[in-house]
Amino acid sequence: MRFDMGNIACAQGALYAGCNFFAGYPITPASEVSQFMSEEMAQHGGYFLQMEDEIASLGACVGAVWAGAKAMTATSGPGFSLMTENLSYAIMTETPLVIAYLQRGGPSTGQATLPGQQDVYQARYGAHGDYEIIALCPWSVQEMYDMTVRAFNLSEIYRVPVILLSDAVVGHMREKYELTRLPLIARKRLTDRVNPFGGPLPRFGEGFNLQVTGSAHRDDGVRDYSPMIHSQTLRRLIDKILDHRDDICEVEAFDTHKDKIIVSYGASARPSYGACKELENTGFLRLKTLWPFPDELVCEHCSGKEVYVVEMNQGKIAREVERAIHKKVFPICVNGGAVPFVSDIVKVVR
Amino acid sequence: MRKWRGGAFCLRHSEGGQMKSTSFIRDKYIRNLPTRFCDGCGNGIILNCFARAVDNLKFDLKNLVCVSGIGCSAWIPSPHFNSDTLHVTHGRAIAYATGIKVFQPHLNVVVFTGDGDGAGIGGNHLIHAARRNIDLAVILVNNFTYGMTGGQVSPTTPYSYISETTIRGNPEHPFDLFELMKAAGSQYVARTTTFHSARLIKTIEKAMSIKGFSFVEVVSQCPTYFGRRNRLGDAVQMIHLYEQKAKSGELFLGEFEREKRPELTEELEKLRKEGGE
Amino acid sequence: MVTVTIDEKYCKGCLLCVDACRPKVLKKSDIINEMGAYIPEVTPEKCTKCRLCELRCPDFAVLVEED
Repeated sequence: MRFDMGNIACAQGALYAGCNFFAGYPITPASEVSQFMSEEMAQHGGYFLQMEDEIASLGACVGAVWAGAKAMTATSGPGFSLMTENLSYAIMTETPLVIAYLQRGGPSTGQATLPGQQDVYQARYGAHGDYEIIALCPWSVQEMYDMTVRAFNLSEIYRVPVILLSDAVVGHMREKYELTRLPLIARKRLTDRVNPFGGPLPRFGEGFNLQVTGSAHRDDGVRDYSPMIHSQTLRRLIDKILDHRDDICEVEAFDTHKDKIIVSYGASARPSYGACKELENTGFLRLKTLWPFPDELVCEHCSGKEVYVVEMNQGKIAREVERAIHKKVFPICVNGGAVPFVSDIVKVVR
Repeated sequence: MRKWRGGAFCLRHSEGGQMKSTSFIRDKYIRNLPTRFCDGCGNGIILNCFARAVDNLKFDLKNLVCVSGIGCSAWIPSPHFNSDTLHVTHGRAIAYATGIKVFQPHLNVVVFTGDGDGAGIGGNHLIHAARRNIDLAVILVNNFTYGMTGGQVSPTTPYSYISETTIRGNPEHPFDLFELMKAAGSQYVARTTTFHSARLIKTIEKAMSIKGFSFVEVVSQCPTYFGRRNRLGDAVQMIHLYEQKAKSGELFLGEFEREKRPELTEELEKLRKEGGE
Repeated sequence: MVTVTIDEKYCKGCLLCVDACRPKVLKKSDIINEMGAYIPEVTPEKCTKCRLCELRCPDFAVLVEED
């Protein structure tokens, strides 16, 4: 049993998952991940680099993955904005990696030290182009550990960057947690020459003469702009995630037989859960996977009920829930960097 | 620091050794011909010289990774060179190359970039890589323009020259990349041109052999945009222009090597070993 | 004996090889290849095998073969 802040638990999860390359740039509230990794990477036979900016951090991670690493970086809003171009590159080249995204108040410099959930759309749509991405939302220090391990696993299975979408509160709060021995997905070292895309991930230095590019390409890496080839590639990028929603999406449901239900995620989910326990006729649905959005699971638990969505932004996920259940919801939007109070949620729902 | 006299191009006499035939070089090192470059583009010459340098060094192609960003020069390795190639985002090749090299220090990692990709958008990564002294060889093709997008002004376009975004003459001043990279801490800095092709082969060989950050600026011709807009002539006229400017001293060609400093991958290995104990 | 060939598939008619050739083995000509480029014509007798044409060619289109 350990007692640490969420950021440290996240880094511990990465170490357990076999992360052996970390490139980052300091930013509140994510700096602790980098600091911990700067010492632990060397101790675990990995490599740590503090790069000159977030753009270089993600670039170095992608390069390292193609050299055979399991890579991770950690950042917040302004840093993620910088990363989006290289994130688009990682998505297009189907490069597995994990980005710990500790959201803070925005826009711009915003509230560097206070939580927010304003960036949930940016995590999904921040990179340019058509694609699908996976984002997991922890609400406890234990989940910071568990979900980081899961993030590495999912990134290996689907060859896609996975975002651990946390926030300043979950990252900085301290709780007890365990270094659970979760199952791990190993990356096979390939012996026969393969295409760089559309199959298992190869690595440089094996004599495969890989052609890796962010341009529209065929599976062998040769540039091809033709509409037919590119639409096939895009379909693969999208379908590889959407077709496996059953395996990727997770929620936590509590008392969902009741008439009302509160939907939430991340830090907002904690007072939401407290509110449900106080209210007589209200269930609770916590989204553990934010992207791909768990349409089916949300419908299953929310259909025919009065739905409230609690979040620290202007109602971004409320809109997603509405879209999924084809019915209006009651968004409970908390702005300004404060985590919602149980009493406020109870007042609104009652 | 050594300044080179202009005009040396006879391989057999001044450098020793036989030059391999085109068919040998083509079959072993080049793929996806014909090249995508314009007729007379310096990039083709640099690709040629790079392949010959790699051959002279007898590197196992298995251990060679070429990284490039966006721009005409980035197409030198990708898709034309027959090794692992990584073609990344504009200006960021050095960052990706850093990740590869740090994780697999036994690989030879070469970065191809241009004056726009490397000294414009990528300028920050360029100077930091030199500062870190990471064992990369960066070959920066300086054709004084952003060729791929149609010939816009670049950080090395000379003052008052014409480009698509400076039709009335460039109001800004160019970088002296040789001085810049010296100041940034590069272990090895060299400048040559596509006219001095034999010297270019030797320079690339040296840059790839040095343990530490090495930077080679290759002054190259873009007859399609920079040459045409500034009435410098075709490819033949442009390389002779570079020859003359080098001879007269207006264009400084030479190399600089600083005293050996600890190199980044060696330092990281030390940390790993200490950490493991 | 030396054979100098211009690979018509790849030559773009930039004439860098013609400029490089001291003994004037390679000369500008009216021969057009499929790409629409005027490729050089060859008089191989004067070739000294210095291979500067091969070195200067951006397209790997000049082949100097010694028999």
